[in-house]
Amino acid sequence: MNWIGRRLPRLEDPALLKGGGSYVADRASKAAAVCFVRSPVARGTIVDIEIPSDGIIFTGRDLVDVKPIRPILHRPDYVAIGQPVLPVDRVSFCGQAIAVVVADDPALAEDVAEQVFVDIDVADAIIDFEAALALDATPVHPDAASNVLVEGRMRTQGLDKAFADAAEIVTLDVRSHRQSAAPMENRGGLAEYDAASGRVTLTASVQMPHMLRTGIADTLGMPESDLRVIAPDVGGGFGQKMSLFPEYVVLVWLARKLKRSVAWIEDRRENLLASAHGRDQAFSLRGAFAGDGRLLGLDADLRSNIGAFSCYPVTCGVEPLMAFAELPGPYDFAEYGVRSRGVTTNTCMMAPYRGVSRPTLTFSMERMMDVAAKRLGIDAAEIRRRNLIKTFPHRSPTGLVYDEGSYLQAMEVALDAADLPAFRERQAAMRERGQYLGVGLSVFSERTGYGTPAYAARGMEIVPGYEIVDCSMDPSGDVVLRIGSSPHGQGLKTSLAQLVSDELGIEPQRIRIISGDTDATPYGWGTFASRSMVIAGGASKLAAGKVAVKLKTIAATLMETSPDNIELKDGWARVSHSNQAMEIGALARAAYHQSHRFKGLLPGLHESAVYDPGGTFSNACHVAMVEVDIETGGVRIERFLVAEDAGVLINPMIVDGQITGGVAQGIANALFEEIVYDDTGNLLTASFADYLPPTAAEIPEIEIMHMETVSPESVTKAKGVGEGGAIGAPAAIVNAICDALSPFGIELFELPATPQRIREALRRAGVATYA
Amino acid sequence: MKAAAFDYLRPASLGEALALLATHKDDCKILAGGQSLVPAMNFRLARPAILIDINDLDELDHLRADAGQLKIGALTRHAAFHRPVVEGPLGTLLAKVVRHIAHYPIRQRGTFAGSLSHADPASEWCLVATTLRAEMVAKSARGERVIAASDFFHGTFTTALEPDEILAEIRLPIMTPDWRVGFYEFSRRAGDFALGMAVAAAKVEDGTIREARLGVGGVGDRAIRLGALEDQLVGTPASSDVIDSIDRIAREARGMIEPSGDIHASPEYRRDLIAASVKRALTEALA
Ligand SMILES: Cc1cc2nc3c(=O)[nH]c(=O)nc-3n(C[C@H](O)[C@H](O)[C@H](O)COP(=O)(O)OP(=O)(O)OC[C@H]3O[C@@H](n4cnc5c(N)ncnc54)[C@H](O)[C@@H]3O)c2cc1C
Repeated sequence: MNWIGRRLPRLEDPALLKGGGSYVADRASKAAAVCFVRSPVARGTIVDIEIPSDGIIFTGRDLVDVKPIRPILHRPDYVAIGQPVLPVDRVSFCGQAIAVVVADDPALAEDVAEQVFVDIDVADAIIDFEAALALDATPVHPDAASNVLVEGRMRTQGLDKAFADAAEIVTLDVRSHRQSAAPMENRGGLAEYDAASGRVTLTASVQMPHMLRTGIADTLGMPESDLRVIAPDVGGGFGQKMSLFPEYVVLVWLARKLKRSVAWIEDRRENLLASAHGRDQAFSLRGAFAGDGRLLGLDADLRSNIGAFSCYPVTCGVEPLMAFAELPGPYDFAEYGVRSRGVTTNTCMMAPYRGVSRPTLTFSMERMMDVAAKRLGIDAAEIRRRNLIKTFPHRSPTGLVYDEGSYLQAMEVALDAADLPAFRERQAAMRERGQYLGVGLSVFSERTGYGTPAYAARGMEIVPGYEIVDCSMDPSGDVVLRIGSSPHGQGLKTSLAQLVSDELGIEPQRIRIISGDTDATPYGWGTFASRSMVIAGGASKLAAGKVAVKLKTIAATLMETSPDNIELKDGWARVSHSNQAMEIGALARAAYHQSHRFKGLLPGLHESAVYDPGGTFSNACHVAMVEVDIETGGVRIERFLVAEDAGVLINPMIVDGQITGGVAQGIANALFEEIVYDDTGNLLTASFADYLPPTAAEIPEIEIMHMETVSPESVTKAKGVGEGGAIGAPAAIVNAICDALSPFGIELFELPATPQRIREALRRAGVATYA
Repeated sequence: MKAAAFDYLRPASLGEALALLATHKDDCKILAGGQSLVPAMNFRLARPAILIDINDLDELDHLRADAGQLKIGALTRHAAFHRPVVEGPLGTLLAKVVRHIAHYPIRQRGTFAGSLSHADPASEWCLVATTLRAEMVAKSARGERVIAASDFFHGTFTTALEPDEILAEIRLPIMTPDWRVGFYEFSRRAGDFALGMAVAAAKVEDGTIREARLGVGGVGDRAIRLGALEDQLVGTPASSDVIDSIDRIAREARGMIEPSGDIHASPEYRRDLIAASVKRALTEALA
């Protein structure tokens, strides 16, 4: 029986659904409670911190020996800045931790924290990144000459000619407002001190446990071996939980200093204020189009607000450099000019968030295609047909090599399912009645599963990418897989078990996967960048494949045939064209207890494998159908279709879950979520009453269709699918809104397209609500 | 996000509760459903030294029609209105409105009286009470008084209630079957507070509007009854030509409000929403 391709219910779910999950907060009840005192202002000099006499309180002065968090990119245009775990002299954003309180319970810790009085000499904060770019702007960091901390530039030779030859030049200024990944579980950590060994175990809600251990050890100047990091069940991360945050360094410092266990469970206000944000970007594009709609060249100025600090380990280059490299997306054109800057401001740090820049760049490209199509009198699908990549491998203007995909086919499949002719009829009929329907397209590429070469190309000092997997079968024939990757809720254990089942011929239920424990797993990079299935999956397949080879050799010896004649399936090793067979459990027992019989084989069944691929591109087309209420600016999504090509689907149900969840976050990005600061850098959206993740009521049924391009770039034949939903949805929705509002000539270039903004545009177009 | 320390008292009778209120006055707060108070305490925006939990007071747990009024005791939860509580237009209207209040679990605990006492300017029940001219029965150790809706709401989170008073009952006039009702609300997500909303009701006899009620909420510091527009509606025929007057009334409604702005809605946008809400509520009632 093949397990790959089956909609196997997730092996994780029985525990999670019955309250048997174990998150950090579930484990923290016996520890002392930690509360951080946070800066009430965005920028200023710390004059004094008055602390109450009773209470365990530490400030930056107590942690002067702790090194700042200072991630490095080896690029001439990168300016490294340090983030003190607790600042001594100045604060750089509202919400920055400036002191830490330890007390018996969280309420008492808050009581003490309230009595810490911080005297800050407040300075004018730089919040808006256009202001930060002004020539006379004061640098946010005194040790950096300007507020541009990283800048990528390139310009192909023929760009000027492309513009000279253009029949139509489309210019647009796109703005994506800041967002939070808003994982269901906030951050949190429990640092336990073991008096016997002097070691600390940090249990934390994180995506990169091994990296966290290295980062904390480096910052505190302690041996890595004295620290164990555990990522237990994690309630979502979406990139937010990748970075090394000061809070975790402080927790380990406290456990060592106080020789006791301490826990910090972040609340939602802190998470919105001081974890990490993303997508605060302004992109200016100029596209040179030929009369037939072919894109000849693209010139872009891209600005990303990276906040007050650079996130470790991926650095503040993560958004600007992703935008720099991947703006061309699914389109085939040669001439490209780009300047992409990461700009620092007195706001919460930017860190990766599902999609990283690609939601904004897809939004920009797809808006540009629609605008160009209208100007040139070409249908929106047709202009894409003329520009999409059709031959493979494709080399982009920035040198990225796209493996085979189905850009055009995916769009045609989605369009067919959407039945556009019928939609257009209905749209026309409803317009007569003053109801405005619209349809929008979004075609995009999603670079996934990339290993060290891609990160090395960015000049990262810490180059992530590979995964190591240890696979061992015990004497009963059950398997333990130890992975360096670290799932945060996406069902990875189920998918890996299916993959390994097919290699070894045993049921997925017999495969236990150990992850997220630096004492029990090989060094690995965790979960991000749509990598786990491709890379940890690839390493799992390779490691299990080695065990399979050994099993076959043992079986061949015992049944006196050649290993080539052995097939592992349904728990048995069978000799082909005969009825001879042995249970896999019996072979495993022999491997351990009769090892003397197998000449040239090491005893036992324990293998390890590494996988470090170059990367593979998934692709998809999203189609949104919406109705816009022109009196209120409200948007209702009627239908949302996704035609996705992620190669071979290991577990289609889990893949559909990834797409649906991603689209939900894309809808949030398109219509709802926005982090808002006032002019002084004070956060105005510090709870879910003002920061608005959509609820189930706002998310329509997502109709998903699959294409299956098999790529040689992935040993599992699977491509990554973690981010696509979030990448494509904003463009499709806003294109649909603009289609609905086309009778009024309205084009929107801002995310999210809130009802207020839509009404504003309508008002400017002279459409009044009973005025 | 943990509340500051407080004492918790749970009186067994109304008399006992009123005595506690008389003693502690400003130092204490009544705890009803806790769906507004507890979040405010967790944010430490509210720091009552003493909580007086009224959930054991059977005297406040009633909901009945009596002498032309719907009498809503202080422990009546939002969820009680999911199905019509009285026959006729009032029950229908309340059942329609309640679905816009927060989410299902919150509606199981939150109370009608708690909403009025809390006096959020975007509360649906405050709008209903204002527009339909409810009466509030306040009790204290000093006695009982009945306060008209028009005198009850003083502004954002402030009412006519004295610190020693409890809102014991709300009385809504029951509408006869010849009333027609409508409600419209615009909010960002299901269950969010309204950015703009309107309630409309009209008593139609022989095809003509004889009495009208029109109110808007989510703008300004409290719900607003649009009395002048109610007067305009009276005498209008409730037939197809009412559509023109509805547009006119929606237009006038925009000019009668002075909304404030926040990150979700500028004053101008709120005017749009009020105009649209008035039009839709009236259309539902009349067209
Ligand atoms: C996520 C969320 C969404 C919400 N959305 C909405 C919404 O869309 N619309 C809406 O209207 N509400 C909404 N609410 C608020 C909810 O309706 C509350 O239930 C209501 O505002 C207060 O009722 P309560 O019984 O919970 O009062 P409590 O929270 O117990 O008390 C609120 C205040 O009223 C006082 N009080 C309570 N009862 C009395 C009384 N009988 N006499 C005197 N004082 C009293 C308390 O002392 C306190 O000051 C929402 C709440 C949440 C958490």
